[in-house]
Amino acid sequence: MKAVRLIILGCGLVLLWQLLVLITAVPHYILPGPILVFHAIINNWSALLEHLQTTLTEIILGILLGTFLGVTTALTMTLSPLLKRWMLPVLVISQAIPVFALAPILVLWFGYGMASKVAMAVLIIYFPVTTSFYYGMQRTDPQLLELAEIMNGRPISIMRYIIVPSAMPAFASGLRVATAVAPIGAVVGEWVGSSAGLGFYMLHANARMQIDVMFAALTVLSVVSLFLYFLIDFAMDKLIFWESNQGIT
Amino acid sequence: MTEYRLERAAQTGEAPSILFDKVSLVLGDKPLFDNLTMTIEGGQCTCLLGPSGCGKSTLLRMISGTTSLPYRGTIRIESEAANYVKIAWMSQNDLLLPWFSLLDNILLGAKLRNEESGVLRSQARDLMGEAGLAGYEDALPATLSGGMRQRGALLRTLMEERPVLLMDEPFSALDALARMKLQNLSAKLTRKATVLLVTHDPMEALRMGHTILVLSKRPPRVKSVVSLAGTPPRNVDDPEIRAHFSVLLSQLMDESHA
Repeated sequence: MKAVRLIILGCGLVLLWQLLVLITAVPHYILPGPILVFHAIINNWSALLEHLQTTLTEIILGILLGTFLGVTTALTMTLSPLLKRWMLPVLVISQAIPVFALAPILVLWFGYGMASKVAMAVLIIYFPVTTSFYYGMQRTDPQLLELAEIMNGRPISIMRYIIVPSAMPAFASGLRVATAVAPIGAVVGEWVGSSAGLGFYMLHANARMQIDVMFAALTVLSVVSLFLYFLIDFAMDKLIFWESNQGIT
Repeated sequence: MTEYRLERAAQTGEAPSILFDKVSLVLGDKPLFDNLTMTIEGGQCTCLLGPSGCGKSTLLRMISGTTSLPYRGTIRIESEAANYVKIAWMSQNDLLLPWFSLLDNILLGAKLRNEESGVLRSQARDLMGEAGLAGYEDALPATLSGGMRQRGALLRTLMEERPVLLMDEPFSALDALARMKLQNLSAKLTRKATVLLVTHDPMEALRMGHTILVLSKRPPRVKSVVSLAGTPPRNVDDPEIRAHFSVLLSQLMDESHA
């Protein structure tokens, strides 16, 4: 049922797109119709696939590394109130700097290769992952903590059996947001400076006025990002087996 | 089996009395206790009865010591085995962890202390059988009825083998029938322990208690003490219950008008 709904929704959006192109009679080098874009995907399939590989690797590495760093930070802040007092302001300040403005600097530091794009994705998702997990742990039912204290629980066991599971729903929403924004980080990084990836391919096509190819790259990126999102959504539902679905599907 | 364990605790003098000596507590500008001196008898069930806001639950928290309350005076749990945590806690909310199976929830204390063992697991299974929960070892709490969940919470409390049980309206969220069954089970399994049971239900106090303390709000004090003969759980038509019920009820009525 869920799949059927998604297919109908997808077809509806494509139809709307075609309708918009037909009604406004906009030139194809401004807004190509879905058929044109479909042809561009077929014709440039191998190039798209190659660049997708680069971008997808950047996104996945960014999500893995950013999640790892975010989880570590949140756990550290929960375990050590002293460190928390020092780290929380740093975390907030780090978010006050617009990450996109950092992109040129990251490319300067980490080079034209994948590293600068991964760093970009990490920077973008670090904050939502850290804060969602941290505040999730903070909101553990105080009655449960009281019970654990009366039971003489070891702090590390209380963390493992009570605090971390309590934070899982909040952590999952943070991770969903992270998955949705990580591709933005990777692509913006590629725009600033790179020799591979869908972002690079889009700029390349744009310079040659191949707008249909640009849209082809955009479509591939969107589909893959959506797929990634649903994958994470599914994994989170399996992880939080005791709660019903929290995601959008 | 648990009965046996608690019995052994009682014989070695481990079901201690709880002594209150000139305990006063003011929360905000509200005096809750004023020079309260009393003894909660060891190895018995004492019920605290009173209107809401009279400090019944606060009294339990003062004993458990989990929230630091600025009281004056001394509260002492008298026991030969000093320096040993003697308290287990059960509240109105079952506090079962939704990500643990019922069996794991019952073993929560052992898990948190890293003491889980095959022996404890089989003890927990035995207890579950006694409580009519056999076959639900792997069930998640969300799939169980309120009565079953609260039975699980009771078993988790008993698995702690602590000689003092503090129970904060443990049965009040249940329907009448489930409540009655759980009262019977609880009275049977906690027979030798020092139980302090907070309730707002005079019938529950009369069924479960050896002693009933009626607390009043203004002025804050122990208004009356009712001692009952016989062994809990008493039947609803027990003559002792009939003798005391209307008296307790009218005392509570007076309180709610005061």
